[in-house]
Amino acid sequence: MTPPFNTPPAHPHPTTVNIRTLRAVVFTTDHRVIGIQYLVLALISVVIGTLLSLLMRIHLVWPNWPLPLHGPILPEDYLALVTIHGTIMLFFVLTTAPQSGFGNLILPAQIGARTMAFPALNAASFWLTAAALVVLLGSTFVPGGAAISGWTAYPPLSAITSAGPGQALGMDLWLTSIALFAIASTASSINTLTTIIRNRCTGMTWERLPLTVWGWFTAALLSIIAFSVLLAAILLLLCDRHAGTSFFLPNGDLVNGILHKGGNGSPLLWLHLFWFFGHPEVYIAILPGMGLTSMLLANFSHRRVFTYRTMIATTLLIGFLGILLWGHHMFVAGLNPFASSAFSISTMAIALPAAAKVLSWLATTWRSRPSYKTPMLFALGFVSLFITGGLTGPILAQPILDEYLHNTFFVVAHFHLIMAMAGVFGLYAATYYWFPLLTATRNHPGRLLSEPLGHLHFWCTLLGAYAVFLPMHLTGLAGEPRHYAQLTGIPGPGGSLSPAGALLSHTLPLNQFITYAAIFLATAQLVFLFNLTHSLRKGKFASSNPWRATTLEWHPTMNPFTLLTASDTPEMSVHRAPCHYQSNKSEVSFLPQWEPIPLAQDEIEDATDTKPE
Amino acid sequence: MICSRLTSACLPSLWIDRAAIHSPWLLPADASAHGPALDHHLLLNLWVALALLTLAHLILLIGLFARRHSEPTRLWRIEYLPLTVLALLFASLTLKAERLWAASRYTGASPTALQVEVTGVQFAWYFRYPGPDATFGITRPSLVAPGEGNPLGLDPSDPHSADDQVTSQLVLPANREVDLRLRAQDVIHGFSIPEMRLKQNAVPGQTIHLHFTPTTPGTYAILCTQLCGLGHYRMNATLLILPPNQFATWLAAKQKAAP
Repeated sequence: MTPPFNTPPAHPHPTTVNIRTLRAVVFTTDHRVIGIQYLVLALISVVIGTLLSLLMRIHLVWPNWPLPLHGPILPEDYLALVTIHGTIMLFFVLTTAPQSGFGNLILPAQIGARTMAFPALNAASFWLTAAALVVLLGSTFVPGGAAISGWTAYPPLSAITSAGPGQALGMDLWLTSIALFAIASTASSINTLTTIIRNRCTGMTWERLPLTVWGWFTAALLSIIAFSVLLAAILLLLCDRHAGTSFFLPNGDLVNGILHKGGNGSPLLWLHLFWFFGHPEVYIAILPGMGLTSMLLANFSHRRVFTYRTMIATTLLIGFLGILLWGHHMFVAGLNPFASSAFSISTMAIALPAAAKVLSWLATTWRSRPSYKTPMLFALGFVSLFITGGLTGPILAQPILDEYLHNTFFVVAHFHLIMAMAGVFGLYAATYYWFPLLTATRNHPGRLLSEPLGHLHFWCTLLGAYAVFLPMHLTGLAGEPRHYAQLTGIPGPGGSLSPAGALLSHTLPLNQFITYAAIFLATAQLVFLFNLTHSLRKGKFASSNPWRATTLEWHPTMNPFTLLTASDTPEMSVHRAPCHYQSNKSEVSFLPQWEPIPLAQDEIEDATDTKPE
Repeated sequence: MICSRLTSACLPSLWIDRAAIHSPWLLPADASAHGPALDHHLLLNLWVALALLTLAHLILLIGLFARRHSEPTRLWRIEYLPLTVLALLFASLTLKAERLWAASRYTGASPTALQVEVTGVQFAWYFRYPGPDATFGITRPSLVAPGEGNPLGLDPSDPHSADDQVTSQLVLPANREVDLRLRAQDVIHGFSIPEMRLKQNAVPGQTIHLHFTPTTPGTYAILCTQLCGLGHYRMNATLLILPPNQFATWLAAKQKAAP
């Protein structure tokens, strides 16, 4: 008989750290340890990425402030900050943490599996990802500087080493880093897909899979399709840089006085390949968060997920449409205008499954009197930010409006709200929710993060997120372009009174406000870091199912750090879809997926879409 | 009156800017023929987004604060009906946007439009007028020599190139359609004139046509909006819109000055 999840052993084993245990932890194939390794990597990345973004914001409004140990921030430094910030946040935080981090930690448990399908591949994926991060960070120290082409690395700028600072070794390392990441991510996604398809326990039918698992499933499908194309594109670009090919270089391209004769390539090919990856990438980042939000709203509202089957369908539909609309990044890139029309329609179409999701979230919480635990607050924040950021999507999907808004701060505001902020809120919700599973060890049960600190963290972060990114819509409408290292004193043909200088300095007061708000937002995250470090040691012990959740990861024997031998493996079987709650006026009871149906409730059906009133 | 006083008291001084006075959304002044329709559509979209944003948040908040009720079940009323309404709304916005897009991009400029070539180079914009022969001379990358006054690589052996005028400022007559031929010499640049509501990347290896009609005389900013290297932020130029007669004078003077 397996001891219950939360029973502390009578005599805790003294923990001795020697080389062997260190090696066991570092080169482990245990998916739960790998999950935590991914999360630590993402945490390091998010701290670096946030500090870089603060430097950018500070430079924009106080351009003369000298960076300690570095001096004034030069234009190429600013662009390096932009590039590394975007790359690190998108790949090493928003892709890594939800997909590989929480995926490894929680996914097997949630489908009643004991391990991931390919444990060794899993470990290899992590170490490749870590290597990719090291290469990326290393690229900032090489001669010639870090890559400065933005995370989109458009050629010919990125294809010709003499095109300016950051295009030589820094760019090679940047490409290497992303190539390593692409391989790691593809391998990790194959692992995820195989695990979901093959390792589900008895009774875990596709319709009973938690929506989080559907999020991971769809994101993994997209990863395999998108990252393989990115990898191919990077290899082609590396060939252009070093092997004399010209996939992306037109004939007679003249860069910095050096003429490139050769084949007849087109930079547009890179844009197609890159955005074929780049757009699905944002869904890879957000889909697990969408799934988790659905589950959390239902859990804390003690309700079923409204239209469960439709939610599965919309997840898949978002994934499917997500790979058909890359061209909306290319409305003004030199595409045939008819192509823009087609991409405009496919982009508009994705607003509908997204709206269906929002409607389900609103209906699930509608008059439910939820309990406002911190994970629930972050899930509600996710919904709010998803709506706010999402609603500017259809605006940018119209080519005629994109003609004005493209590459302005309006776009920056849009994708930061929906992808960065909603994405991070999903990660926070996951951290607060699954913290007991993260912290449980063989010697003691899991701990909870502090609720008062969690509430403080949530409100400051929500306020900060809106204070930073709502005004960016206005500076974008005012015409402020992205990637501008300087907004004032730009030398123009007419001196300091040049029309460009006048247009850009126009947004400066609002930019000052945004910078103050960004400093506030970043500072508020210290509350979370404090909560994290404090609760790791001193947090309250959690019961085996602290949130009264219905999914399998909270099964009493699911102590995530107890290594079970095959004979110990409990016969896990699933009897219903998740989020079954019953309420009569006074009290709410919940039916976990693993509980066999009590006789009196025999007639409760699995169908969640249509329940007779 | 009270309202305007409140506005000036509460909001930072930038709101009371020359351009801002004309627009509640801080859009810069609009000086092109296709611009007002674009602005109108943009404002409509922003209002729709704001309304949906408010509505969704109201539903969320009311739902959270109202007392507990049994689960909502009437699918058609809370799922299919709103989805249908949203589908119709987005479809109509798309349709209107497509008509505007088609009007400005599906067909080229009229044959009588003024021909100007725009070339993006790290980190400057060059503008070329074809001269009296109305034909652009051939350019060759190998002949590019900015130090010798030939930044575009005009081929002197081509007779058409002799009367071509290359400038660093775009000068255009008001109320005449302009057909821009957009090129890039080295990397991708983003040709953008916010006050003309115009943006189009200049891609090396491609010539992209862009047409518009400026309406209001004045000076306007031309920016680069596609990251093109370390000098990206200072890759700007000035657009000068002149009344037609003044433009003719300018052009004549330019041609007279030519060797």
